[in-house]
Amino acid sequence: MNSSENTRGSRAFEPGFGSSFFASKFGITLRDVENYLSEALSKGGDYADLYFEYVASTSISIDESIIKSATQGVSMGVGVRVIAGERTGYAHSGDLSRAKIRSAARVAAMIASGPSKVESVPLEEGSKRNLYPVVTAPGETALQDRVELAWRADRAARDYDSKIFQVQVAWVDNLREVLIATSDGKLSFDRQPLARLSVYALARDGSGVPQQGHAGGGGRREISWFQNERTPEFFAQDAARQAVAQLSAVDAPAGEQTVVLGPGWPGVLLHEAVGHGLEADFNRKGVSAFSGRIGQKVASELCTVVDDGTINGRRGSLNVDDEGNPTQRNVLIENGILRGYLQDTLSSRILGTPVTGSGRRESYASLPMPRMTNTFMLAGESDPQDVIRSVKRGLYCANFAGGQVDITSGNFVFSASESYMIEDGRLTRAVKNATLIGNGPEALGRIAMVGCDLQLDEGIGVCGKEGQSVPVGVGMPTVRIDGMTVGGTA
Amino acid sequence: MTLDDLKELAVQVVRKAMGAGASGAECTVSDSTEFSAKVRLGELEQLQQAGSRAMGVRVVAGRKMGSSFTSDLTADGIDRMVRSAVDLATYTSEDPHAGMPDAEEMASSVLDLGLYSDSVAELSGDMKIEKARRAEAAALAFDPRISNSEGGSFDSNLGLRVFANSHGFCGGWRSSSCSVSAVPVAAWDGGMERDYWYSIARDAGQLEDPESVGRRAAQRVLRRLGAVKVETQRVPVIFEQRVARSLLGHIFEAVDGRSIYRESSFLAGKLGEKVAHEGLTVIDDGTIPGMFGSQPFDDEGVPTRRTAVIERGILKSYLLNSYAARKLGMRTTGNASRGVSGNAGIGIGNFYVESGSRSGDEMVRGIRNGFFVTELIGNGVNTVTGDYSRGAAGIWIRDGELAFPVSEVTIAGTLQEMLAVAEIGSDPEVRGSMWSPTVMIGEMTVAGR
Repeated sequence: MNSSENTRGSRAFEPGFGSSFFASKFGITLRDVENYLSEALSKGGDYADLYFEYVASTSISIDESIIKSATQGVSMGVGVRVIAGERTGYAHSGDLSRAKIRSAARVAAMIASGPSKVESVPLEEGSKRNLYPVVTAPGETALQDRVELAWRADRAARDYDSKIFQVQVAWVDNLREVLIATSDGKLSFDRQPLARLSVYALARDGSGVPQQGHAGGGGRREISWFQNERTPEFFAQDAARQAVAQLSAVDAPAGEQTVVLGPGWPGVLLHEAVGHGLEADFNRKGVSAFSGRIGQKVASELCTVVDDGTINGRRGSLNVDDEGNPTQRNVLIENGILRGYLQDTLSSRILGTPVTGSGRRESYASLPMPRMTNTFMLAGESDPQDVIRSVKRGLYCANFAGGQVDITSGNFVFSASESYMIEDGRLTRAVKNATLIGNGPEALGRIAMVGCDLQLDEGIGVCGKEGQSVPVGVGMPTVRIDGMTVGGTA
Repeated sequence: MTLDDLKELAVQVVRKAMGAGASGAECTVSDSTEFSAKVRLGELEQLQQAGSRAMGVRVVAGRKMGSSFTSDLTADGIDRMVRSAVDLATYTSEDPHAGMPDAEEMASSVLDLGLYSDSVAELSGDMKIEKARRAEAAALAFDPRISNSEGGSFDSNLGLRVFANSHGFCGGWRSSSCSVSAVPVAAWDGGMERDYWYSIARDAGQLEDPESVGRRAAQRVLRRLGAVKVETQRVPVIFEQRVARSLLGHIFEAVDGRSIYRESSFLAGKLGEKVAHEGLTVIDDGTIPGMFGSQPFDDEGVPTRRTAVIERGILKSYLLNSYAARKLGMRTTGNASRGVSGNAGIGIGNFYVESGSRSGDEMVRGIRNGFFVTELIGNGVNTVTGDYSRGAAGIWIRDGELAFPVSEVTIAGTLQEMLAVAEIGSDPEVRGSMWSPTVMIGEMTVAGR
């Protein structure tokens, strides 16, 4: 598209660009960016992109009611990627001088060999939206305000119960500025604030064995969200409550059980059991248990699973993904039928399918890959109380410590950190931590009831893939799965 | 920049921090040059090359600490970093135990531990790509059931690391590493499995040859095919070396000085007590030449050393940095660890299990019905209580033979029980910074059907 035909095009040119973060802080011009892209394509690459990143972060931690550590830092750089057919060349530089960026572009260019063959397209800024209209990012507020949030959490956890004897609180915020430019003409700027407060509590009864509880949350929010909406007390009391509840926990059962997963964070099941298996890189290569299964039934018809990067303020949300494509709501499974994969630029070029706004990376030093944003199951029709009442004997899992999946076999695990026995349709004793294991498509086929109580998690998830961590969200209504293997000892 | 340039830079940063009002300061600088090539189905798929550099500073102001880091090494960026750390030290709490190690604890000389070899820098890009290609090709050619691949890779890294502090200590070292790996996929009878193998070395000449890496990867994935789920039962469990290594991770977490002073470890307060089978000796040694957990001094400038953590089943020592040592009224063990950012944590040097007398094969022969575990997934290990529950895959042992592959089961018990009845094998797989021989655990609950 020619820029003169676009009413928003003017935003991309010097006045708009000139006031952008990288222009004003590092003197980078639109002409520079175009030159770097040409340099990247000078050996015959088909596509190139640039990812400029500047992240300022702060972390504060309280341990034993002492602020033992406070750290601030800056990480910045640019990544240059060149795609030639199915090949990718990548180079990055932590130094934003012209000479260093050009040299990175030349290194990345070497993945191709031949004369330049792609005409560079004038850069044009895409339509703008703001899913996180944060005026003052938490990282821009007075440090004292953030320190006070951490202190409130420490006090609240200790006040919860005299059995609480250790509390650790961690506050982390970062403010990421990005500039993404692609050889097919896309130009994006984004300012991505993110903050998280987490609380870890240890409880002990007399001289008995200590037990732990963990809670936390956050998102792309203003600091007032932590002060008023999801307060330090909210997270601290939840962590303390879990630790105290574990004091009377009995051994978890071993073997196949009917399992009810509570709403919210247990959605990590979807992240592990289906989400990773639907990332297009694995499917393009045919190494996922879900490869070649679009249009097939891969879950109970009660299941509709979406990955949605467009929810306001959420930890996994982004205005544009890390390749400059707008995020969107992607239906992965609809009434049990597999509908689509999560695509990044490379996979979409190779497969000839549209991008889904799923290209993400940990930092400028890493290549983008198809990743999840906020992954959740839509609400069903059952009353959550009826779901529990329907189980004569089983396990109710309210919280998980995390999970892992083997994409190829489809086997996944997730570790319950707060669960209870269900006996005659009622929650009874607390149960010790146990790992649940299953096979993605098989486990989803055994979902027998879906509650009407969809909840998203509090905003604490970190997803790791090939050594790269990115923030994500998960969610789920109350769900009953018949026949999951529980790794207890009783 | 050379090592000497970086040292000079670190000394300047320390001086600046002292000038800005700190009563003590430490600076760490790291510089690395990375290369990574990935070949898939014989074609070059990815080539990555880059250099990166970052520095961090930790300051002490009386009994308060602050730290900051930056990858912006311009004069302006460095000034901002120093101001930020000094400023942060006004927000942290007075902590009677805060501070740096004493000046007497500093390494008096910086030993050359053979962490660098020119051979890595001398490898050409084409040679590296070729090694990745050969590793994958060997895996693909090994058996017709190897149907696909996630590729063969070659990675290398050249690093510089420098540390200076206001005791006048300044030291640094160069390091090199390279690795070759293969990740084949096998399919049979409707099922599909993936596994990997790799070799890593500081000297390119000591890398396993790519064909052998590819073949090992292929053997590992083939033995997973056709796995079944077994019935829930209690049986003896053997951990193959690669999996036994994970036990060391849990032991480390439990002897990390921070979990000791917080009383959040099942080994807290157990010094001098029997915590494991008498055959189990666990050593931390940051001084072994050429190994991946070796460095001449820790990240507070204290010399690394050899520490017996568990000796013949008796808990002998925790692993400490200077802060945890002061908290516990002990001496630092030279295990301070930090990247460039943040306060000093605690980390391992080379952390390993000393070998016993029987090989893994011999142990298997002695078992009538048991589980030989080759893979563990998930994070269901609680080192506060010792409760253990993880997803597992491996091979079922029937009458002393490895009989059939098993997957989608869990193993559960407690770390206390697992350590108490371990038999240690004679066959360590020495690689990276943590290694163990095969380990036989007593009975654990295997949950399946």
